[in-house]
Amino acid sequence: MPLHQQWFGGFVFGGKIHPMQLNLALAQINTTLGDVQANLDKHLSLIAEAQKGDADLVIFPELSLTGYVLQDLVPTVSHRSTNDDLVFKQLLKASQDVDLVVGFVDEDSRHRFYIASAYLSGGEVLHVHHKVYLPTYGLFDEGRFFAWGDSVRAFDTRFGRMGILICEDFWHASPPYLLWLDGADVLLFASASPGRGLNDSEKLESARWVENVNRSYANLFTCFVAHSNRVGYEDGLNFWGGATVFDPNGERVAQGPYFEEALTIATLDLNQLHRTRARLPLLRDERTALVQRELARIIANER
Amino acid sequence: MNVDLTINPDLARKILTGFIKSEITRVGFSRAVVNLSGGLDSSLSCALAAEALGPENVLALCLPYRTSSPESLEHAQMVIEQFKVRSETIDITDMVDPFIRRDPQMPDIRKGNIMARARMVLLYDQTEVFNGLAVGTSNKTEILLGYSTLWGDSAAAMNPIGDLYKTQVRQLARAMGIPSAIIDKPPSADLWAGQTDEGELGFTYEEVDKLLYLLVDQRYSPQECVEAGFAGHFVEKVVNRIRRSQFKRMLPPIAKVSNRTVGYDFLYLRDWGT
Repeated sequence: MPLHQQWFGGFVFGGKIHPMQLNLALAQINTTLGDVQANLDKHLSLIAEAQKGDADLVIFPELSLTGYVLQDLVPTVSHRSTNDDLVFKQLLKASQDVDLVVGFVDEDSRHRFYIASAYLSGGEVLHVHHKVYLPTYGLFDEGRFFAWGDSVRAFDTRFGRMGILICEDFWHASPPYLLWLDGADVLLFASASPGRGLNDSEKLESARWVENVNRSYANLFTCFVAHSNRVGYEDGLNFWGGATVFDPNGERVAQGPYFEEALTIATLDLNQLHRTRARLPLLRDERTALVQRELARIIANER
Repeated sequence: MNVDLTINPDLARKILTGFIKSEITRVGFSRAVVNLSGGLDSSLSCALAAEALGPENVLALCLPYRTSSPESLEHAQMVIEQFKVRSETIDITDMVDPFIRRDPQMPDIRKGNIMARARMVLLYDQTEVFNGLAVGTSNKTEILLGYSTLWGDSAAAMNPIGDLYKTQVRQLARAMGIPSAIIDKPPSADLWAGQTDEGELGFTYEEVDKLLYLLVDQRYSPQECVEAGFAGHFVEKVVNRIRRSQFKRMLPPIAKVSNRTVGYDFLYLRDWGT
């Protein structure tokens, strides 16, 4: 172990000292459809509970402040992640003590509504991700009610660089890949994933799919992948929970229960990044210029 | 072609009991009423409701007509005793016969519809008495085939088993300990003596469930189903039944004249605000 890590109990990155461990709390909650105040109250009580468990970061699922199948409720439940917003004022205050990822409907200054997740830390908004892939097929109708996000960006936190994606975003391979290249070592995934595909397996097809790809991203990108998925029902839809954290070796570090509210706490040993990437330098060897060149050719040929 | 409709009963049970509990308690109720015929579907709905809410919070309504098979009532009683739910038996003969007497030529189908709708009236009336919600008993096979009476046996506040094919209902019923006499008997609406579902439909649930699974769940074209080994006339009959019964699977369309119309652009879940 390098000397500075022994001395500081952390590693130095970009001139800042980062802790070696991250206590992650995955809050797989049920929500009240369209009742932001009721959901906020639940957030605040779970944040308090997570703090008792020494959590450094609490991750709430997709649209955790509003519920999922909002339809015509969308314009009535939107908020801005600023200190003059009554809901975010309380969440930002709570983030003085513990970092938070919360899901909400973001209304921009031009009154477009986005499915959003915000990273709050030390009373500040470090990052807001707008969902870039809105499923509008099968049982989903997000594109009818929401605007499409238009960026995938990693951001720095006191635990290192991270990235946020929301549900369908990581059903596509490119957003996690972009976050990886943009420096994210911890991928934070938030979902409101309706359970479907009952067969003879002990898990629903949708749950197996998500767990398989999350493990694969951890393997492919030699990074941490944490997934917080809601539970409960909205009309006939069930949400299956089952929060997971995979480490840079693709090993499951934590597993929440299925179909029940829970706060799953996982301790991430951030030095695992060092050990895995020393063994398996996939990031070092990634040929981004080649990807760019070939993508440019493919896109040009599509026209 | 091997079509496997096997389900994991533990997982189904967890999701469906959770659904019943959620959909009843979130709107301020704690109780359910189920029309229990003594057949497979209603026995399963009753057992699921009992597990979800506690048996003391479930009222099983037995609503025989004078031509109903005595065996049906016996089977209903087995379920009531096994799952320890509350029960009430109301003979519908005196309510139904005045309708039937108005037309001496009345065919069985009309009589059956009147019985099914009389049972619906009593079901909803008892939800008021018992302060509960009506739990439905229609399975996916009969919903897709339109094999039900509109506003009759299809009427309920929620349906826990409507996404399970009949053969999957059997699997879950077996796992929940429904008596085998109920699981193994020929399914029947028991609206007149000797009636069976499979006799009326002209095919077995075993056959049609596999075809429906390919057509609906796996999005096979009718032609692909024929190529997979199903008889052409059978595929055609089933496809037509599905199309012609679409009206039974939706609320009546409202003629749109305003800028915002219920059913088109006034969109909220039932669970709005809960």
